[in-house]
Amino acid sequence: MEILVCVKRVPDTAENEIEVKSDGTDIERDDLVYSVNEWDNYAVEEAIQIRDNVGGSVTVITVGDEESEEVLRREMAMGADKGILLSDDAFEGSDGKGLAGILKAEIEKDNYDLILTGAQADDGAGQVGGMLAAMLDLPYASLVNSIEVIDDKKMKVGREIEGGNQEMNEIDLPCVLSIQTGINEPRYVGIRGIRKVASLEIPVHGASDIGISSDSVGEAGAKVKRVDYFMPELGDGAEILEGSMEEIAEKLVELLKAKGGIK
Amino acid sequence: MAEQVFTYITYKEGIADDSALELVAAAKKLYPDASLTAVVTGSGADLDKICSEMAASYQEVWKIDNPELAYPNAEVIQKLLVNILPKDSIFLVSHNTFGMDLSPGLSIKMETAFIPDAVDFEGLEGNNLKVVRQEYSGMASTHVLCDISAGAVINVRPGVFQPDESKSAGGAVVDKSADAGELSASRRFLEIVEAEVGDVDITKEDVLVSIGRGIEDEDNIEIADELAEVMGAVVSCSRPIVDAKWLEKSRQVGTSGQTVKPKVYMALGISGSFQHLGGIKGSPFIVAVNKNLKAPIFQVAEVGVVADLLEFVPELTDKIKEG
Repeated sequence: MEILVCVKRVPDTAENEIEVKSDGTDIERDDLVYSVNEWDNYAVEEAIQIRDNVGGSVTVITVGDEESEEVLRREMAMGADKGILLSDDAFEGSDGKGLAGILKAEIEKDNYDLILTGAQADDGAGQVGGMLAAMLDLPYASLVNSIEVIDDKKMKVGREIEGGNQEMNEIDLPCVLSIQTGINEPRYVGIRGIRKVASLEIPVHGASDIGISSDSVGEAGAKVKRVDYFMPELGDGAEILEGSMEEIAEKLVELLKAKGGIK
Repeated sequence: MAEQVFTYITYKEGIADDSALELVAAAKKLYPDASLTAVVTGSGADLDKICSEMAASYQEVWKIDNPELAYPNAEVIQKLLVNILPKDSIFLVSHNTFGMDLSPGLSIKMETAFIPDAVDFEGLEGNNLKVVRQEYSGMASTHVLCDISAGAVINVRPGVFQPDESKSAGGAVVDKSADAGELSASRRFLEIVEAEVGDVDITKEDVLVSIGRGIEDEDNIEIADELAEVMGAVVSCSRPIVDAKWLEKSRQVGTSGQTVKPKVYMALGISGSFQHLGGIKGSPFIVAVNKNLKAPIFQVAEVGVVADLLEFVPELTDKIKEG
């Protein structure tokens, strides 16, 4: 099975405190730790496991700048066979539809049986997979938390739905799936693994290579434009307990007793 | 002429999802005088019941009765909506697991803009709708402008708009079943696999000690176990703990896990994504312990402790033991 996984380099929200710049134009990016989007990492692991079971290859692809190459290399160290970087100044500022269009143009050059994305990334939109499927006229399922290959024509996929329940579907190949976290346990990648793939060449394709006009993507093509960032309103907000660790613990014990939190 | 806004109603076992009336409120925030049309699909008695209920809140209810639609398969519903919605429609649906499945592709097929997970609308500037969204797990908010002159598909976050209970629309149910068109699918619904029942039922507990990513390591869970023991509480968790297979799925609080109604909720190292908060009902007394003061959990908690839970929780356990 020829499998393509779309990945993205994002600020790691588990490692960073996100701050908004004072002029609201962006978040503070100077000291951010970046990594591969968590959902995408599960998607790559799933692709590798499917390939190891039924044969084929795994290609990882991203739209980004040269720094995005590091996440492709990381996923290749996990076991992906190839990487493709889609990079062009014209791609900057693309909205979800723009990104899906860029990916579509590259994907159409090859024959993939299965295309995976993460269920969402740093912007919480969860849109590129579904848009890509519609552009390619392929079936789609989102929030996938189990995959069973039936044969080379179809798969059985579980979708995570409300209440911890799972919606089972049969889906024809080729198809696009967006992968939910928890579907597997992504393997660990060490420095040595990354060194092993350091010399592998990763082709870089720009707008002209994949035959898309620069006014259909980037800021020029975006229907949805971000105006500014701001910190979420704190609502009433929590009363932050102050003092030494011991003093805070004492205060909290009293509050918990009053609220019935200690039986 | 009043602006027309369409919604799609999801329901289960004859009961409409909360989003049905939240979307009425959202549509009225968009256009105060909007003419609202609900699309309701399915077959049998439940369909008729939901349609007549919705007519109280929507000017028109488009009923699509078709055995193919007994279960809302997003691929089939997408085809149906492309067949029946007018070009350039404004279409709202909940950003739940169905809406997330349906809408990105629908926007492509309808050739309209898509706005995912809208949390508020701040009015129109010409053709541009100003929308509030959140990024980075709720740690930053953003305004986006979206040109909706050629229509839009907008997913609205569940729970952010208060349901519109006015029920004064006096609407009519219109049977549009004949217009459904071709609905063949490459993705076929098989069954729902119900969540497994675990060793404890966190939905029935009054006091929950809930852990998130801040617990850092599986071995540290005993810190939470010890606190739960002295409090007479039960340990629950957020999604990453289940993803890591450290606790059973039955202990997960959130829209994709259990909905809990405790009196006291200790959120230890939990950032507080909207999916997690969506699983906490009944306005409990929430205590948040988190290293990151920017974590959204501090917005909803009554009391916050900015600290590493690995240091603070043992201290708290000791204090409770002392009485």
